[in-house]
Amino acid sequence: MVDAVLFEFLHTEMVAELWAHDSDLDPGPGGQKTSLLVLEGMGFRVGQALGERLPREMLAFREELDVLKFLCKDLWGAVFQKQMDSLRTNHQGTYVLQDSSFPLLVRMGSGLQYLEEAPKFLAFTCGLLRGTLSTLGIKSLVTASVAALPACKFQVVIQRS
Amino acid sequence: MSRPAPRKPEYHKINKDLFVLTYGALVAQLCKDYEKDEDVNTYLDKMGYGIGTRLVEDFLARSCVGRCHSYSEITDIIAQVAFKMYLGITPSVTCNNSSRNEFSLILDKNPLVEFVEELPAGRSSLCYCNLLCGIIRGALEMVHLAADVTFLQDRLKGDSVTEIGITFLKKLDEKKYRRKK
Repeated sequence: MVDAVLFEFLHTEMVAELWAHDSDLDPGPGGQKTSLLVLEGMGFRVGQALGERLPREMLAFREELDVLKFLCKDLWGAVFQKQMDSLRTNHQGTYVLQDSSFPLLVRMGSGLQYLEEAPKFLAFTCGLLRGTLSTLGIKSLVTASVAALPACKFQVVIQRS
Repeated sequence: MSRPAPRKPEYHKINKDLFVLTYGALVAQLCKDYEKDEDVNTYLDKMGYGIGTRLVEDFLARSCVGRCHSYSEITDIIAQVAFKMYLGITPSVTCNNSSRNEFSLILDKNPLVEFVEELPAGRSSLCYCNLLCGIIRGALEMVHLAADVTFLQDRLKGDSVTEIGITFLKKLDEKKYRRKK
């Protein structure tokens, strides 16, 4: 059984290394954007793969809201050993998922001190959500915002063609 | 420290897959960024080193290892306690020389390669699991032991087993490895 902390340690190292690497190539905002995209892309691939491995019974969703509830409860529980603290929606395809104590931010302390660094630690997870949704047949745009560590919000906007 | 509530069985599986899949995505990304296998290997080792230096604290806090008096004991702990705790496997240990500072860990099973059937095309020198070598090296250094850690054999490269070689070098200082108080 692979221990849960390994993912957290790996994620932290990935953020640090990919960030440093892309900053070397392009020290300006371009490099930072690349890092975020790279991390998000990796999260997306992992989310897709995780989605494909879910047992079939888990995936019998009646409606879109059920899928989001699944992400908040089951996916979050499996990945972060806790559930999302709240889920809100405008019932028109936008969902806001709130975690008051996001595990990947918790080690960074609390409050406003590392606010600038926070996006790097959220990019992979945004991709993870987007990837899992993709496997479940839902195209989306996922962004995250932090007002004060370690609380954060993930915004999921369903893309309808 | 309180344990988390017992997880549903599905959680366990998703959790194991999460690390292995993330690692796979990382290797794939590095293969995009670096043309040469040696560069990817070096990068994986470097990242592993960074992880190892921090993982060792987690390990010492959660395990009950006592004072070690030999490299052989330390290697046994790496195989039987650390690998078991973090990867759920127990490599077997052999000692490769009479001065008893060169050891091998033979990995019968390896969760990291569960979804990897073979190395990507054109990547025959890739040490897919090189992160592990860096982790061991970084962890040992934090307890004042310098070591070279490399893959001696790799099933993904066609060898019959996967074997990690640990060569203990001169101690970084005279302190013996001891459990953090």
